[in-house]
Amino acid sequence: MFSADLLANAVVAGILLGGFYAAVAIGLAIVFGQLDIVNIAHPAFIIVGAYIAYILNSRFGFDPVLVGLLAAPAFFFVGALIYRVYFLAFERTGQESLSGLAFFFGVMFIIEVVLILIYGVDYRLVQAGYIGQTWRIGFVDFPLRMLVPFAVSAALTAAIYAYMSHTFMGRAIQAVAQDRLALQLMGADPVRIKQWAFGLGIATAAIAGSLLIIIGPVEPSVGRLYIGRAFAIVVLGGMGSIKGMFIAALILGIVESMVATFAGPSWSPAVAFGVLALTLALRPAGLFGRQ
Amino acid sequence: MKSAAFWGALAAIFAAGLALTGAVANEYYYNALYLILQAALMAIAWNILGGFTGYVNFGSAGFFAIGAYTTVALNKALGLPLPLLILAGGAVGGLVGLGLGYLTLRLKGVYFAIATLAMAIVIETLVINWSYVGGAKGTYILTPEKHLWFDSYIQMLFVVMLLLTLAAVAISRMLSSSRIGRGLAAIRDDEVAAECAGVPTLRLKLVSTTVMGAMMGVAGAPFPFFVTFVDPSSAFNLFIAVNAIAMPMIGGTAHWLGPVIGALLVGTTQEIVKVTVSSEMNVLIVGVMLVVFITLAPQGIVGLARKHLRRRKP
Amino acid sequence: MTHSRRKWLLISVALAAAAALAAPLAHAQQKPIKIGFSMALTGGLAGGGKGALISMEIWRDDVNKKGGLLGRPVALVYYDDATQPANVPGIYTKLLEVDKVDLVVSGYGTNLIAPAMPIIMRKKLVFPALFGLGANEEFKYDRYFQIMPAGPAPKLDWSKGFFELAMEQNPKPKSVAIVAADAEFALNAAEGARANAKKLKLDIVYDKTYPPATTDFTPIVRAIQATSPDIVYVGSYPPDSVGMVKAASEVGLKTKMFGGGMVGLQFAAIQKNLGPLLNGIVNYDFWVPEPTLNFPGVNEFLAKYRVAAKDKGVDPFGHYLPPYSYAYLEVLGQAVEATKSLDHSKLAAYMHKTTFDTVVGKVKFGKNGEWARTRTLQVQFRDVQPDNLEQFAGPGKRIVLYPKEWKSGNIVFPYKQ
Repeated sequence: MFSADLLANAVVAGILLGGFYAAVAIGLAIVFGQLDIVNIAHPAFIIVGAYIAYILNSRFGFDPVLVGLLAAPAFFFVGALIYRVYFLAFERTGQESLSGLAFFFGVMFIIEVVLILIYGVDYRLVQAGYIGQTWRIGFVDFPLRMLVPFAVSAALTAAIYAYMSHTFMGRAIQAVAQDRLALQLMGADPVRIKQWAFGLGIATAAIAGSLLIIIGPVEPSVGRLYIGRAFAIVVLGGMGSIKGMFIAALILGIVESMVATFAGPSWSPAVAFGVLALTLALRPAGLFGRQ
Repeated sequence: MKSAAFWGALAAIFAAGLALTGAVANEYYYNALYLILQAALMAIAWNILGGFTGYVNFGSAGFFAIGAYTTVALNKALGLPLPLLILAGGAVGGLVGLGLGYLTLRLKGVYFAIATLAMAIVIETLVINWSYVGGAKGTYILTPEKHLWFDSYIQMLFVVMLLLTLAAVAISRMLSSSRIGRGLAAIRDDEVAAECAGVPTLRLKLVSTTVMGAMMGVAGAPFPFFVTFVDPSSAFNLFIAVNAIAMPMIGGTAHWLGPVIGALLVGTTQEIVKVTVSSEMNVLIVGVMLVVFITLAPQGIVGLARKHLRRRKP
Repeated sequence: MTHSRRKWLLISVALAAAAALAAPLAHAQQKPIKIGFSMALTGGLAGGGKGALISMEIWRDDVNKKGGLLGRPVALVYYDDATQPANVPGIYTKLLEVDKVDLVVSGYGTNLIAPAMPIIMRKKLVFPALFGLGANEEFKYDRYFQIMPAGPAPKLDWSKGFFELAMEQNPKPKSVAIVAADAEFALNAAEGARANAKKLKLDIVYDKTYPPATTDFTPIVRAIQATSPDIVYVGSYPPDSVGMVKAASEVGLKTKMFGGGMVGLQFAAIQKNLGPLLNGIVNYDFWVPEPTLNFPGVNEFLAKYRVAAKDKGVDPFGHYLPPYSYAYLEVLGQAVEATKSLDHSKLAAYMHKTTFDTVVGKVKFGKNGEWARTRTLQVQFRDVQPDNLEQFAGPGKRIVLYPKEWKSGNIVFPYKQ
């Protein structure tokens, strides 16, 4: 059952899936990779984004991606606010490692349950003209349901990458992880920068959520499924490297798709996390790490 | 706490548990108590690594499930009696814990936490694809007819769990108040400095991951007889992992008594809420309690109590 | 607020209170008969579980309006099991020991029925059960009564119709692909499909499972397509059923029959979202609004359900599960009335020998507590329009192909137009 077109399709499907994973992971690449804040609740914020897309799509017929973009600024402010709390409660007192982790664990459960209490546990879907269409080039399929999230995610990654390397704020964010003192000498307030970066990270969750609900049905607890994957991608990509994160996401997507096509889908999660465990054991700094 | 008083208290609690089985027949209470004790055992186990050394284990449910599935497999293959199954669950859990300990050689902090999460997922995938123990479909375990001199099987399970939890409390106290405990605390505060000061960090970490793994395996071993139906989604339930983290954090991680207090408080609240309000509120309550405690009382209830005592005797 | 208005308010409150008190007064001298159960009101199966609870409350109100059972009012006592099997033993223990219920029925779904069985068996209680697939196979308990009409050999009967239909077609299919989610129901459905396929000497060219957390189904559908099967049997849960149907259309799955055991395609919200992608799919169901299934009382029940379900976040039409959730209490209630007792051995004996008239038609249990004859319907989606919920309320969209007795139309074969 091994054939060229099957292989080509498996690779393409993997790339498209991986592109979507990048959107899920990019917020963590900033928050966890650059700021060392273990925001385990990030996927829960993505689910909130998905629900907002669902509400505005089913009520007014807005395009989910558009909703994601519109919701991003609001997410930015919520993120900045959460960082304030986090800073006051943990970072200032040097408690961030263990307590910070548990804090976000709690936040994740609160978000999930509040969504359940309001919307129940039914699966929600969105409708858009492109869902269900497929472009065919040669013998390779590009389902728009996967292609649109891939394209949006690639654009998002490119934008964040450009922002990080070409603006003052972006470079300051990268610096805050490495050298606080130098930053202060430059006249920048590290707390304000981290707050800005955290807001940026959460803002990407609004967009990732709208992509998630384009791909498939969403209910409040599906976010949990992405915790492992998202952190795996950030670690694999080398903590904070946006480029590395994107490549790692593609690798994970391709591995999952290849295993599902050729070996049997039931093994794909174990293989994906096997890749992670192996990387951690052999090269803890990830593939593109800042050693 | 003085040693004699401590052992006396343990004996008194066990005696009270036994007396309860003589006085109360209503099975529901044993059901609820069993779940609270199970959570306490998991919390104590988590704290031996998480609280004493600062290494966060997200994969508690994986260890719990190892215990549960060891029971399922050995019960099906050999039909061993419960005490042997508990020992076996502890042994397998301890071995996996030892393996996890070697991971700490290379992985620190957050990396370690994520590796434990990945480990739990890999183990779950293995169990899902292992049809002998029921695979993803799950499997039934019929409760044995015999239950010693107790009125019902659940009464016996309750007493077994009580004994195991008290043993875990004793071990946890021993670890924390001995030289090992001081070494573990040194690792938590600054691992590199501890290493330089001549603390055998690797050996100590291996001890604590092994003990943690064994205790969690022990906690999971009787679980199949308690639920009578085991499937991966209930054995690897994320809620088990959350409770194992939240209870010590609420009670206070620095002291051996912390997880016990946290488990009794949160576990009892959960059992009451489950039947009076709803199961979903349960999760919400744990989440809110966790967030409130760690933002306002990062040292947990034990920390609050200590502060209070210190203020009273200046 | 003026003085006189407050007075009026007080009077009306007092009147309302008096009215509220007067209603149960009729039964006040009699303690209610308590029926206890666990139900998935949160968690994965809550969508169905909440709909079931609404139906059960309709039954309770209907019965109480007629004077209750044995002259006593009926009360439901239930707890949320959160779709967690580990919660179930505690709930049934509490129902029996603390709430002292007179009768018990099961929660919704195999995984939530099975954990209750040991307790129920120890107390030798009659146990009407709601939608468990072969839940009694290991226990072989003789007071278990399954309302889901899967049939005497549930796992085989589940897909028997699907394969029988396939073999009647011309040209006769030769190969089959079986794909299922890695979870209890789907695996059992796949197991039955495998056995049926072997019996009919079909060549099984693909037989794999996938994890429920799968995001993208196109690689799976493509791997299936690569084996060019004549028919494709799917055992799946709601989110993956949606993923599978979308992926099949995107990849352009070429096969002659597609469907089988996909949970979720029975629910109106998912039907609306998938729209025309559903056309041609042959899938199992238990009740659809076709004229052949118009049992006495079912329309009255559905009318009440539609009112009660409004804005509750459950299926708006109440096909599939709700009529059966009403019926399993109907069976229990009829048995209590007929035997004039709450004696579980008398009830069990009566339930074994009687054919019950319910909103889901005539119900007769076999020896193992399953329906004596299967009524697992195979329905084909036909003429489905995009973005239209109301179309599924009436007949014509889901044609019953099997069993013959309930047939409302002929199969369109092969499935892709």
